[in-house]
Amino acid sequence: MKLSLGPLQYFWPREQVLAFYAEAADWPLETVYLGEVVCPKRRELRLGDWLEIAGRLQAAGKEVVLSSLALLEAGSELGALRKLCRNGRFLVEANDMAAVGILGQCGLPFVGGPTLNIYNQRTLSVLRAQGMTRWVLPFELSGATAADLVAAADADCPCEVFAWGRIPLAWSARCYTARAEDKPKDHCDLACLADPDGRLLRTREGEPFLALNGIQTQSALTQDLAPWLDELRAAGVAFLRLSPQSQGMAEVVSHFDRLCREGDDRGALDALAALAPVGTCDGYWRGAPGMERAGIS
Amino acid sequence: MELLCPAGNLPSLRAAVDAGANSVYLGFRDATNARHFAGLNFSDRDIVRGIEYAHQRQCKVLIALNTYPQPAGWKLWTAAVDRAADLGADTLILADTGLLDYAAERWPQLELHLSVQASATNPEALRLYHRLFGIKRAVLPRVLSARQVVQVAEQSPVPVEVFGFGSLCVMVEGRCLLSSYLTGRSPNTYGACSPGSHVRWQETPAGLESRLNGVLIDRYGAGEKAAYPTLCKGRFQVGEHTYYALEEPSSLNSIELLPLLYRAGVAAIKVEGRQRSPAYVARVTAVMRAAIDACARDPDGFRPDLAWQQSLAAVSEGTQTTLGAYHRSWQ
Repeated sequence: MKLSLGPLQYFWPREQVLAFYAEAADWPLETVYLGEVVCPKRRELRLGDWLEIAGRLQAAGKEVVLSSLALLEAGSELGALRKLCRNGRFLVEANDMAAVGILGQCGLPFVGGPTLNIYNQRTLSVLRAQGMTRWVLPFELSGATAADLVAAADADCPCEVFAWGRIPLAWSARCYTARAEDKPKDHCDLACLADPDGRLLRTREGEPFLALNGIQTQSALTQDLAPWLDELRAAGVAFLRLSPQSQGMAEVVSHFDRLCREGDDRGALDALAALAPVGTCDGYWRGAPGMERAGIS
Repeated sequence: MELLCPAGNLPSLRAAVDAGANSVYLGFRDATNARHFAGLNFSDRDIVRGIEYAHQRQCKVLIALNTYPQPAGWKLWTAAVDRAADLGADTLILADTGLLDYAAERWPQLELHLSVQASATNPEALRLYHRLFGIKRAVLPRVLSARQVVQVAEQSPVPVEVFGFGSLCVMVEGRCLLSSYLTGRSPNTYGACSPGSHVRWQETPAGLESRLNGVLIDRYGAGEKAAYPTLCKGRFQVGEHTYYALEEPSSLNSIELLPLLYRAGVAAIKVEGRQRSPAYVARVTAVMRAAIDACARDPDGFRPDLAWQQSLAAVSEGTQTTLGAYHRSWQ
């Protein structure tokens, strides 16, 4: 299995983003996904900046994919999407059917992102016919379903699974970070810039539950599928997606790399799990509620 | 502008038809639709009777098959498409790309609508569904502002339908996994959000608590009105504050926007609430019928009637209504 660095879900200052990807050039990754996938108001980097980063990563031997916004609401966002799709150099990850439509009509290959809702074989074939060359398992699907889908998919259309990170669980028109500060979305003052890993939401008993990330709502727990690498491999999963976090990402990548190459190592699994901001979960992969954690097998 | 009303069972279907719905929508008694609740929905026999009752009164019947089949369930979903077509449904409401492909190929003459669960918020996505499956209408997610609805309606290759009244999803429909994160069951996979099977109420010294699969969704003090623990409508802590971090219990009510939607060419106004009683369906259908008729007679002079608004507020979640995302300030 190969490792990919998923698109950055958070809003970081420009310098932090540049430094992060400069470091990532040396990490043992096959693929790096770049671009803004959550909120069009996050403009620390423009398409030109992302293309520059993409060029540097490609020169360092990485495959680069440009990820598209998951929720498109305004006409201007479609204009930006068309530009992204027609960048002329890099593969695109389609995170909305709008991107599939544009890419399909241009005859351009694409990665089918996790929000395209690829739940069955027939959906795989429809998207394949539009040009899909890789696909990401929807977050809530189990390993058993993944195995069925991989078995049904064309061999040259590999499957990628979200193996590390806070799970993007929902998107809304409403910005919950702005709401937390009692600001309207139109005057959000880019409040999410202060939350490099999202803003923790707890139950009234103090249990970590969700992480607010602008218009996106994530799990507070980090999905960690490192204890399930044998099952992932047996299911035919080709890529493990590691989702960026502000601290310890180099270590996350290096633990996954070693575990993939050398197999189970209790110490490495524990050290990896300790890198999650508030704890880990793996329920979805096991066909259970996503928040549950089986413990290390 | 048509009025499309919910039918969770035969009495609700009759109530909607009698109160003036142009069409009703319903589902089978299984996970193939997004209101998979115990005791709700239609047997094949009731569908036949419902279609007969509706058709005799010039009302159409739409069948919702708007969840996402996985490989293990594929045959159940395609069989549901075939049953719906055989039973004489006027239209199928579908979300899943694979199922749309199946229905378009197997039943080319059958009208297909794109469900709100397909998360299509923009004209480009709608063009894809139209090009691939020949959809005849699309239901827009409840995340667009009124201005955005007008823009999408203008540019869409097919007429659009919007929600006019009912429970409000604050997340993009079809892309919300909050429920499966807690319970293993989501609208996409199982046809239910915050399923009743996982709800627990408990009186404690701190107050009445509602839990979903053990996770505290809300706690009510004396005199506070308790609401069903839909997990996005609970109170949570962010920093030092405890509040409705995602959304208050309230219902969407877009009556005041009817003239704007009418002028934008919106094809239908949809009422949410297949899980509600026949009395709810009768009341909301009657109010929306009166409002749409008043709007069509005189869009420029249209004013929401106070009695309509009071009548709708009485059957709303938390007895509150909101314009939701239609009003930019909500966002």
